[in-house]
Amino acid sequence: MAQAYTPGLTITKSTILKKDRILPIKGEVVVKVGDKVKAENVVAKTDLPGDVQPINIGNKLGVPPSEVEPNMIKKEGEKIKKDEIIAQTKSFFGLFKSSVKSPVTGTIENISSITGQVLLREPPVPIDVKAFVDGVVTKVYEKEGVQIENKSAYIQGIFGIGGEITGEIKVLVEAPDQELLPEQIDNSCTGKIIIGGSMVRLAAIKKAIQVNAKGIVVGGIDDQDLKDLLGFDIGVAITGHEEIGLTLVLTEGFGPIKMATKTFDILKQFEGYKASMHGKTQIRAGVMRPEIIIPIPFKEDELKEKPKSFTGLKIGSIVRIIRQPHFGEICTVTALPEELVVVESETKVRVLKAKMEDGIEVTIPRANVEAIED
Amino acid sequence: MAKELRSILATDCGSTTTKAILIKKIDDAYRLIVRGEAPTTVEAPFDDVTKGVLNAVEEVEDLVHIRGEKDRMIIKDETIEVPQDGEHGVDAYVSTSSAGGGLQMMVAGVVKSMTGESAERAALGAGAIVMDVLASNDKRLPHQRIERIRHLRPDMILLSGGIDGGTTKHVVELAEIIAAADPKPRLGSEYKLPVIYAGNKDARDAVKETLGDKVDLIITDNIRPVLERENLGPARDKIHDLFMEHVMAQAPGYKKLMAWARTVDENGKMEEVPIMPTPGAVGNIMQTIAKIEKIEVVGVDIGGATTDVFSVFTEEQVFNRTVSANLGMSYSISNVLASTGIKNILRWVPFDIPETQLRNMIKNKMIRPTTIPFLAEELMLEQAIAKEALRLAFEQHKEFAVTLKGTQREREISEAFSQSTSGETIVNMMTLDILVGSGGVLSHAPRRNQSAMMMIDAFLPEGITRLAVDSIFMMPQLGVLATISEKAATEVFEKDCLIHLGTCIAPKGKCKPGKKALEAKIELPNGEIFEETINFGEMRKIDLGIDETAQATLKPLGGTDIGAGKNSEIETTLSGGVTGIIIDTRGRELYFDEMLKKETMKAYIPEDHAERVKALTQWMKALEVYPKEWLS
Repeated sequence: MAQAYTPGLTITKSTILKKDRILPIKGEVVVKVGDKVKAENVVAKTDLPGDVQPINIGNKLGVPPSEVEPNMIKKEGEKIKKDEIIAQTKSFFGLFKSSVKSPVTGTIENISSITGQVLLREPPVPIDVKAFVDGVVTKVYEKEGVQIENKSAYIQGIFGIGGEITGEIKVLVEAPDQELLPEQIDNSCTGKIIIGGSMVRLAAIKKAIQVNAKGIVVGGIDDQDLKDLLGFDIGVAITGHEEIGLTLVLTEGFGPIKMATKTFDILKQFEGYKASMHGKTQIRAGVMRPEIIIPIPFKEDELKEKPKSFTGLKIGSIVRIIRQPHFGEICTVTALPEELVVVESETKVRVLKAKMEDGIEVTIPRANVEAIED
Repeated sequence: MAKELRSILATDCGSTTTKAILIKKIDDAYRLIVRGEAPTTVEAPFDDVTKGVLNAVEEVEDLVHIRGEKDRMIIKDETIEVPQDGEHGVDAYVSTSSAGGGLQMMVAGVVKSMTGESAERAALGAGAIVMDVLASNDKRLPHQRIERIRHLRPDMILLSGGIDGGTTKHVVELAEIIAAADPKPRLGSEYKLPVIYAGNKDARDAVKETLGDKVDLIITDNIRPVLERENLGPARDKIHDLFMEHVMAQAPGYKKLMAWARTVDENGKMEEVPIMPTPGAVGNIMQTIAKIEKIEVVGVDIGGATTDVFSVFTEEQVFNRTVSANLGMSYSISNVLASTGIKNILRWVPFDIPETQLRNMIKNKMIRPTTIPFLAEELMLEQAIAKEALRLAFEQHKEFAVTLKGTQREREISEAFSQSTSGETIVNMMTLDILVGSGGVLSHAPRRNQSAMMMIDAFLPEGITRLAVDSIFMMPQLGVLATISEKAATEVFEKDCLIHLGTCIAPKGKCKPGKKALEAKIELPNGEIFEETINFGEMRKIDLGIDETAQATLKPLGGTDIGAGKNSEIETTLSGGVTGIIIDTRGRELYFDEMLKKETMKAYIPEDHAERVKALTQWMKALEVYPKEWLS
């Protein structure tokens, strides 16, 4: 039988987590294998080349490109300051000189005798890569970054916005099917990652931003609220760079959807723990989902990699239904019939049968479930 | 040259799904046997495209077993067995790929509408997605261009500009900008970014000096050696080579896949078959149809992330391809909403739905792109969105396919210049012979009549136009198969690939509801005669089966035209199909589209919500698009 592969999200109370922390371009790694690091520690740093400002000196001085070089006061590689004269025509008796001032501070990178164009490079921009998670450095990729390992409770979200943050977990709802309301959010949420249930609306997000909460984890959000929050409609799901004042992670999807009990229970169990979280989502090449990482105490000899096995769907697998009807329900696979089945929309598809938490058995296209991986 | 092939396995690794087909030679003719599919596994946790290929092929094996060939196997030791040995293996394995976002390029030219456009055409023809066109006159400041290159991180850059012997200054300036951006391929890649220089040959040394040590510079013939001639071939070949060497080889599992794709040559030696970018393969097949039948063709392939439109128009059979990189039915579905607005989508929906619910549904499809509509309502909504995605992609195509020149076509200098301003499209819906749809939403629609209606609403064919769909979406596989066996590819194409839907008759002109639009007399093969005068604002369906034809006398009324001029009668032969003949008297007229900010064509659709739902319901019932009980 063909392997019933289905994509899934990992939700687990305990895993050995490996996290690569890599510089955008080569630079310097500042830690070594065996070092214990905190999320806030810098592990690698580099300088991004500064912005380039091209300036056509030939045109500005009114000389042909081949005569730009002799008229440059500052030569290739030389440092320059903003408003400093960098090129000047020589004229008889010092009269009628024309000159060009540098619009930026930096260096002269290139002088072209073909185009008359001079490239000015602004000073490099230092970039630090932090550990992001508490753990131990287990690998150093020379000049590129490190691998950090720890033992963590680990939850992959389905969609998020906002960058990397750390904060203490604080659960604000009693049950995973409850909406996170503005009145539940107060100053005790400052610096925290707050956990809601089925949904959060714009007013509650604004309240969380107002009290300086670091992040929100919740089942769903209405797309209209997301649009109002961001000020634009997300066209293609490549997120993580938004600056809205906090990081938001959805565990289920859009609309009010009960957070999976397993996810909620883990977050509840680790209330008060420090967690690392990001909203980076990319649903294209190199798929990326948001993550909530809650480091838990471990001994170094525990950091042994267990081979991951992907057995695909089988009877007894726990799956989440990811499209209507029964969107958001968690169920157990009871049968994997091979023949194609015509469903309500008259679409002919491969299906599975699964029992929902309330005991009702449903027939669902295999494409409409997501494995919950432990 | 491959030896006589007994069996062929072909896969297409799309961004969402990997599709496999098994072709077998039966009584000297090639036929499709079965088709299997599985989710593409180019991403974590598998990070290996071959896993999805094996899953799809396992499904092929399952289906072959169900058909009775219990011992037939294709996979051996986790690989595709080539050649065939008894019940095991196949004589050829070929593949196309668009997984991982396909080939993403930036192109640069001196004048945007001249060398910039030629460079864009070369890249698109090679199967690339063009992320941006840089040009000396693109109205951006140099530092903005540099930032753009850094930000986009293309897989490769095609730099052109200047005619041979002309001025070198501008093209070298562009090279300097690329050098200043110091572009790096996408993260994790060890190689230097490939830059193909295909501009003024006199500037080669200066470009080499400027870019030589920063990028992997490849120099080839000028794509515009003189103003009135394009020479796209050499640049296009270089793009293909580099796609294989750099981009594909870097993607997870592709080295393995490239080694698997092979056949046995006539001397019995194993021969590798290059993996083709999917759109390049579809383009091959489209051009073949146009060439064999001497017709004008529009083809569309609507995928999860992108929509490709191909066309062959004019007597010179000018080929054009466009890629709408962010119009698709899963990854990019949310961008369809952002581009066209919720109102334009809702105009195709024959029931009430709160805006919030539709927005959430679209976003949920975006974040879980592989799901399938289970509920009737969700199917209707997806098809409404598809109409807008197709419409927008076709608008982009019409804008690009202007006064065109395929490779080596000579043009007058005045014509070359006028291209920048005129933008006269060569797409002519009145002379178009056949419209072919492919891609999940069109190929897998539960009813073929749904595909017919989506294509009519989105493309608005005028006059008399045949409609067809790629039955199980195998044009990409046949496109690459044609490179080793044209016979196998064309035979399967004719017999198993295209499903003819029928013929659409649509008078062009203003719709005048309540007035007469068309007098039609159609002699059906069973002896029946359909003879009616049809009012404006209607849609009708007349059964006419596959391989059947009907003689028709058609007289457009009310100032409309079906190909012979206003109110001019024509006699013609209509071809049948699984849908039959569709008469569409909703008219075709120009209007100003607020979202697109330009004049475009539309068919009549009532503005008032209740009236619109009533009209949609009538049209959908007439075409038997959905079961009656779905339409209240």
